[in-house]
Amino acid sequence: MRVLADTGLCQGHQLCQGEAPDVFGFDAEADVVTVLDEHPDEALRADVTTAVKYCPAFALSIEED
Amino acid sequence: MTLADIPEVSTVLDDQDASVPAIIKGTGQLPEMRVDPIGLFHRVREECGDIGRFRLADKQVVLVTGAEANEAFFRAPESVLDQAAAYPFMTPIFGKGVVFDASPEERQQMLKNQALRGDMMRGHAQTIEAEIRRMVADWGDEGEIDLLDFFAELTIYTTSSCLIGKPFRDQLDGSFAEIYHRLEHGTDAIAYVDPYADIENFRIRDEAREELVAKVQAIIAARVARGDVPKEERDLLDVLIAVGYDAEMVTGIFISMMFAGHHTSSGTASWAMIELLRNPDVMGDVVAELDALYGTEGADGPVEVSFQALRSIPVLEAALKETLRLHPPLVILMRLVQEDFDLLGRTIPAGTVLAASPRVSNRIEEDFPKADSFDPGRYVDPRQEDLQHRWTWIPFGAGKHRCVGNAFAMMQMKAIFSVILRDFSFEPVQPLDSYRDDFTKMVIQLAQPARVRYRRRSR
Repeated sequence: MRVLADTGLCQGHQLCQGEAPDVFGFDAEADVVTVLDEHPDEALRADVTTAVKYCPAFALSIEED
Repeated sequence: MTLADIPEVSTVLDDQDASVPAIIKGTGQLPEMRVDPIGLFHRVREECGDIGRFRLADKQVVLVTGAEANEAFFRAPESVLDQAAAYPFMTPIFGKGVVFDASPEERQQMLKNQALRGDMMRGHAQTIEAEIRRMVADWGDEGEIDLLDFFAELTIYTTSSCLIGKPFRDQLDGSFAEIYHRLEHGTDAIAYVDPYADIENFRIRDEAREELVAKVQAIIAARVARGDVPKEERDLLDVLIAVGYDAEMVTGIFISMMFAGHHTSSGTASWAMIELLRNPDVMGDVVAELDALYGTEGADGPVEVSFQALRSIPVLEAALKETLRLHPPLVILMRLVQEDFDLLGRTIPAGTVLAASPRVSNRIEEDFPKADSFDPGRYVDPRQEDLQHRWTWIPFGAGKHRCVGNAFAMMQMKAIFSVILRDFSFEPVQPLDSYRDDFTKMVIQLAQPARVRYRRRSR
């Protein structure tokens, strides 16, 4: 899978970091999410899916490779 | 390309009709929007497609629907589309000097520093659970409530407690909610002609605001007389008093802070209850889910509502999302175009009002099959219609202006239904199709009566 973050939509809630801290980071300067691991291991799929589902800004998505 | 190239919706209510108040004669679709906004907005899409036009007094309103146009609308920079100027009915409610809405940058700052921050949510969840329990404490074993009265009062307590502070909330009673409701009811679309017109609705609005100022003034006077208290007992009101704001300004700030979270949450809770009553199968699934969640002992004893409300409750969440899709608290979102703006190959000139409609977009048949039916199954993998159609599933808006309180709101809804559906069962006391919204104000509220009967569950 490929993880995408739309920084034009991100509002800086930072909930995704709680769900999948190895995949999502935060750019404090720009106040938006950063993707730390664009192609995370399949083992993290459940966490990433939760992060996508509960992102309050709908800024995240998963694309299948 | 000019506005004339954008199709204009038909007229169903003649703006010279005898039923139209003199002050809004000749104002295009304003008289219709004042009595049947939903009919008007849906007709724009039916007749004109993704982009159509109507008139509110001296303003041309271009209403867009569908994913492509919505995305352009929601992604437009602040400098091009301005919110505040598009909502003249809010200015007299907030008062002069109080900003209508923060810029996206300020909103993000608010998130970072203040009450809506993710790590504040646990405390809010506990506050909300306590407020709900306080409201149902005197319910007894059975009785009747009016959904509007109950949820409007509850959400005054939760929003004031979470956003302003518990000391302030503890100085409020049911009368604050009643006055606040009159204020919300003062959002007559006649404001598009003159927000200060000498009409009954605006007189009631202004009196309500003065009553709120008097209440806040009394609370301020008591705080000043009491003197300093330890830092941990202070709330936002103490801060504003220390800064030197007067009751007028403080009231305006509080009204504006509470506004976005009040009628929206109150209406959503009411409609969720109504939809669950209309769909007993879904109600059964939700209650079973809650019983299973809270009935089991965790490692540290029973699961607490304030803990679980911040976590996944999938069946309840799907029911809440479907409620929001069918009954978005805001039916239209408007912006004033600041500079010529290109959209779907048209140029929207500066001075036009550009609008998107959650009510219409949320019911686009191609994106949400059987769009008028209540089907929480839409949110289950792999359908996930909210994520799949993120530019048309827009009960919270979208883009940088997407409701910054939406995580708070969902948590609050989960906490409310966790408490009341665990302890009580509900049944309608009026025909199920008689529960409806009052669309005659820009702030839509449940029409009364909206009564339901509760009975304590035996467990």
